Amino acid sequence: MSSTTTAPGRRGRTPLPARLGRAAALAVLALGAVLSLVPFAWMLIASTHSSSELFHSPPPFLPGGDLLRNLVHLQDTIGFGRVLLNSLGIAVVYTALSALLSAMCGYGLAKYRFRGRGLLLGLVLATMMIPLQVLLVPLFQMMASLGWIDSYQAVIVPFLANSFGILLMRQGFLDFPDELLESARIDGSGELRTFYRVVLPCVRPQLGALVIFTFMGQWNSFIWPLLMLNTEDRYTVPVALNTLTGLTHVDYSGLMLGSFLATLPLMVLFLVFQRQFVAGLLGGALKG
Amino acid sequence: MTSPPVSLRERAAAVQAAPTRRRRSPRTAAWLFAGPATALFVAFFAYPLGASLYQSFTARRDGADVWVGLDQYRRLLHDPAFLHSLVNTGLILAVQVPVMIGLALVLAVLLNQSWLRFRAGWRAVFFLPAITTLVAYAVVFQVLLRTDGGLANQFLQALGLDPVDWLNSPTWARISLIGSVTWRWTGYNAVILLAGLHAIGRDQYEAAALDGAGPVRTYTGVILPQLRPVVLFCVITSTIGTLQLFDENYVLTRGGPGDATLTPVVYLYKVGFQQLDFGYAAAIAWVVVLIIAAVSLLQFRLYGRERRR
Repeated sequence: MSSTTTAPGRRGRTPLPARLGRAAALAVLALGAVLSLVPFAWMLIASTHSSSELFHSPPPFLPGGDLLRNLVHLQDTIGFGRVLLNSLGIAVVYTALSALLSAMCGYGLAKYRFRGRGLLLGLVLATMMIPLQVLLVPLFQMMASLGWIDSYQAVIVPFLANSFGILLMRQGFLDFPDELLESARIDGSGELRTFYRVVLPCVRPQLGALVIFTFMGQWNSFIWPLLMLNTEDRYTVPVALNTLTGLTHVDYSGLMLGSFLATLPLMVLFLVFQRQFVAGLLGGALKG
Repeated sequence: MTSPPVSLRERAAAVQAAPTRRRRSPRTAAWLFAGPATALFVAFFAYPLGASLYQSFTARRDGADVWVGLDQYRRLLHDPAFLHSLVNTGLILAVQVPVMIGLALVLAVLLNQSWLRFRAGWRAVFFLPAITTLVAYAVVFQVLLRTDGGLANQFLQALGLDPVDWLNSPTWARISLIGSVTWRWTGYNAVILLAGLHAIGRDQYEAAALDGAGPVRTYTGVILPQLRPVVLFCVITSTIGTLQLFDENYVLTRGGPGDATLTPVVYLYKVGFQQLDFGYAAAIAWVVVLIIAAVSLLQFRLYGRERRR
């Protein structure tokens, strides 16, 4: 009796050991998912209770009725609406400029041979290895001498050239056929025009990944805006929330609510653009 | 040869050689694209980098920066706080990175099972910690790990165990730090590894199955060896991340209690922005840079060798 004759009859049912294996695998995944989600669930629940209730025994497991009160309080203490707008504005401007610069530089590196190209590529790679904190003191002194402290451009400009973005875009452009560029040149299209009309539309996936990445990075950025911004109505969300942690009487519910609201846009963004995000994450790690 | 140019390339050369059109030379065009980013790199990266290197050879004496040669670096050799920070980093590298990569591999393999439903949903759940805003992360862990009434201790007490001083005892603070870093980055690595698994063709699994290999043998014998470059990529990025560790321990413990969770980068931040000892902070920074460069070089060598296989 060959195995092929028995196979069709058994196809509908999974054998017992395999089913046990699947159950065990699901149990491990479920445990991991619970561990991943508990802090978020707790954030959500905590933001609907008053601060004093959070540390009661037993702790509240269900949403309470203080959400609106916490929201109003958050608005009163740190002007949450204004702060949210600041974060959004900074992140959008930064992302647009930085993605454009990354795409242009990546294109230059991928498609032209020029003196200093190797040096530039080395500089780009070096930035990835240098921790930001190495630059903090001299950059701070630079901003002070430019008179940029407490301004939005101090948050945006110094990190516009983004090495990860440049490398990601360069990887995308390397695959673009040179013949197409040549024929565009022969048709009399200028270099810039070729870039915007012909090349850029072809790397939309990489560009999409880069935009999401850059936005998230800027949205979450903490140390640099903390050092640069001094006036409360210029704060970004993380900086404003941080001021709440330093008080003697910490408003934990407000903090949890603010933290949840700060994370929410990124959750939505990630869920919508999951594919592009994962592609960007690899950043050419899989390609030779 | 005087015949008219026929091939594409010759025509292109002819067009480019023609002096009639206003056309940028390729070199000018290259800098048109790469120039803006390069200028920003020079102004806001190369210059401050050089400035910090210079600073590391100076010290502030009587209100002026004076050249002190290697004094700041010599100071580091006898600074217990700095040495502690190196030991802490070594500990995290030895314990946290292998545990995290191991867990991430398990998750990735489980998420790669063809029978699993809602895979995108699972993946999103595991990735969520990596996109959490730093301050949110800090707040939620401080509340969870609060000694008095925190959720973690309430859970222990419900099980009849003694509460733990999560963030204030040196040993537990280290464990909390390792746990919270693992919480934040395991899913991130699992998603990268999962993408690596996707890149391995279906036929490989089928071939292994035809040879009579069970699911475990298929993975240990056939699939995981092919995943080595991606695993190595994760190890490299995690190692560099650990050597630069700042966010997690700065917001959770400020490097304390004592120096129990101090890392070099948190230390340099404290020296620079709290003690305003810029020269010394710069020296710490450059030692960190050298360590990262050495470790990365070593790992990139391994990575290169792996790729050539």
